[in-house]
Amino acid sequence: MSARHQRTLALPAYRPDPDGTHPPLDSPDYRSTALRHPLRQPLTLPQSATEITGPVLGEGRIGERDNDLTVQHPGEPVGQRIVVHGRVLDGDGRAVPNSLVEIWQANAGGRYRHDADVWPSPLDPNFDGAGRTLTDEHGRYEFTTIKPGAYPWKNHHNAWRPAHIHFSLFGRSLTQRLVTQMYFPDDPLFDQDPIFNSVPEAARNRLVSRFDMNRTTDHWALGFEFDIVLRGREATPFEDDDHDH
Amino acid sequence: MTTSSTLPSTPSQTVGPYLHIGLTWQDGPFVVPEGTPSAVWIRGRVIDGAGEPITDALVETWQCDEHGRFAHPEDPRSAEIGSGFRGFGRSDTRSGDYGILTVIPGRVPDRSGVLQAPHVDLSVFARGMLHRVVTRAYFADRPEANAADPVLSTVPDDRRQTLLARPSTDGYTFDVHVQGERETVFFDV
Ligand SMILES: [Fe+3]
Repeated sequence: MSARHQRTLALPAYRPDPDGTHPPLDSPDYRSTALRHPLRQPLTLPQSATEITGPVLGEGRIGERDNDLTVQHPGEPVGQRIVVHGRVLDGDGRAVPNSLVEIWQANAGGRYRHDADVWPSPLDPNFDGAGRTLTDEHGRYEFTTIKPGAYPWKNHHNAWRPAHIHFSLFGRSLTQRLVTQMYFPDDPLFDQDPIFNSVPEAARNRLVSRFDMNRTTDHWALGFEFDIVLRGREATPFEDDDHDH
Repeated sequence: MTTSSTLPSTPSQTVGPYLHIGLTWQDGPFVVPEGTPSAVWIRGRVIDGAGEPITDALVETWQCDEHGRFAHPEDPRSAEIGSGFRGFGRSDTRSGDYGILTVIPGRVPDRSGVLQAPHVDLSVFARGMLHRVVTRAYFADRPEANAADPVLSTVPDDRRQTLLARPSTDGYTFDVHVQGERETVFFDV
């Protein structure tokens, strides 16, 4: 090892996602992509220490009630109470422990508590629609919330978003950062939704949660399971110059 | 080590127009605490293909500290980092600009041990973007380090300036052009 290697970290590398995993940034049916997608190909950035590290957050950032969106106000929100749970895994099936998960969603009537959401459906004084939690040592997370309603938008005539919950994941590295949306099984609005359908067909079902009778609680809440997979590492950690790419 | 089976990744989706409900933090902009003597603001706009500022975007930043240490367990020197250095910044663009308070990062080697110039990685999310885009901000007033940087040297000459943060009154300006003639160089990480 030459002297210039002295400060080199032992750098793992994260596998690229194969084509067909993510929606193309240029997805004309989702009209807002028109002026918001790069026209040029991205360049390859060999993963250095900056990319294989990333924010490890949560300590002091999670309040006691942050994973229960139904108890953040004096009264209970209106709607179907649900438990959404699952695991955050990497591409090799390993748990991603102690990792921040953030969610946000509309209320039961499909309205967001947000200045820009002004369609005629009522706000719920007992629902903000924001949650956060940390995965446990097995990568597990759980939220209690209410099932969000569908909501209209202006993409095309009579456009409605299927019910969904927005998810934000950090994993352990910048390369694993992911923002996605979780949907509910058999939603009749899937067919006309260009955001859901922007995902290559074979990958769409990875965004749909599973109804979970085992986690459905009698006289209390319906259960839904949603596992999230972040990129896995290359099998062989790169240790010397021969493996540079 | 062999990998017997691999799980396919969960696909990305847009943050949508209501990202602020879930992703805005009061202390988001503070990569370093307010009052840090060497702190600078990095500010900029996120601009669409029509030249209009995108006001429903989110910019996240990640970097090492002034001595090249990452606030991350895989950095063997992370324990030496002073309290308060988070390395991570997060700012929406509702006011027209994003802004993070940070320090100029140290130089860290790449995979083969070649020193990189000081740089901050940025992820940009927005309504109308089904996946984040990733870029790097380098510092225009570090020309010698930049000239030797192994990543910048892979960028065509005429596009390199899109990766340079320019000195401003309270730090640096770094605009991100998502599309168009002045399109920022984005990276596959
Ligand atoms: Fe939404």
